[in-house]
Amino acid sequence: MNRHILYQDLFGGHDPELLAKWQKATVGIAGAGGLGSNVALALTRAGVGKLIIADFDVVATTNLNRQQYFLEQVGRLKVEALKETLGRSNPFVEVITCPERITPFNLAQFYGSADILIEAFDLAEEKQMLIETWQALYPDRYIIAASGLAGVGKNELIHTERFGRLFIIGDGVSELTEGISPISARVAVVANMQANLCLELLARLEVL
Amino acid sequence: MPSIIVNGNVVEWEEGMTVRRVLHKMNYTFRMLVIRVNGKLVKKEDWDHTLVPPEAEVSVYHLISGG
Repeated sequence: MNRHILYQDLFGGHDPELLAKWQKATVGIAGAGGLGSNVALALTRAGVGKLIIADFDVVATTNLNRQQYFLEQVGRLKVEALKETLGRSNPFVEVITCPERITPFNLAQFYGSADILIEAFDLAEEKQMLIETWQALYPDRYIIAASGLAGVGKNELIHTERFGRLFIIGDGVSELTEGISPISARVAVVANMQANLCLELLARLEVL
Repeated sequence: MPSIIVNGNVVEWEEGMTVRRVLHKMNYTFRMLVIRVNGKLVKKEDWDHTLVPPEAEVSVYHLISGG
């Protein structure tokens, strides 16, 4: 297919002002599980220009009940499988993959050029490390985290809390039960709220 | 009597009150917390020596695993 026509078909329906801001943007996504894989797909389809995605894990069959991976991708690095899937929905997106564990020591190396960071980790300890490190390094840049997404239903409890440049999306209360994974729909709701807020913030950023 | 506000609750202020003391007083025992005092994030290693001034607004948010 002609790339110019495809580009028009994909993005001709967007507000040109918004599209221009999204295309210039670089968004960091820390983690490529239930949250990160859904966030990445939403931002890619919306037309965000560049994503930096870090995750050290490989796709497992146990991920397929809620994460944006497919049977034939089992055993591959999540970041590589996800990059391929993203390119299949929008070949214009630039995806930088980091198949490594994010630490306070390498965060700047991977995400230094990100306008906004999305926290998409699993463990509370890791979430906290990411938030604290990002805020210490880049106090004037946004970070969008998630907390409390286990279970089903309870749509009305999912909300956004703001602490300055830090946003936390979720119900703030639903703990995971040992051995029970998050459920596809609710984790995707939270992920898409993260992506939705990210697009809104990017549209408001003056200089990218 | 000076007071502070913790997650919307009015709490009596104490001389030399640290962030750690506020958490203890509120019985907040979660391990993972994001804490802001008057809008400023207080890192975990600073909870013991960061003083909470009278009339401060303290926001405590509990981070939950899952993602």
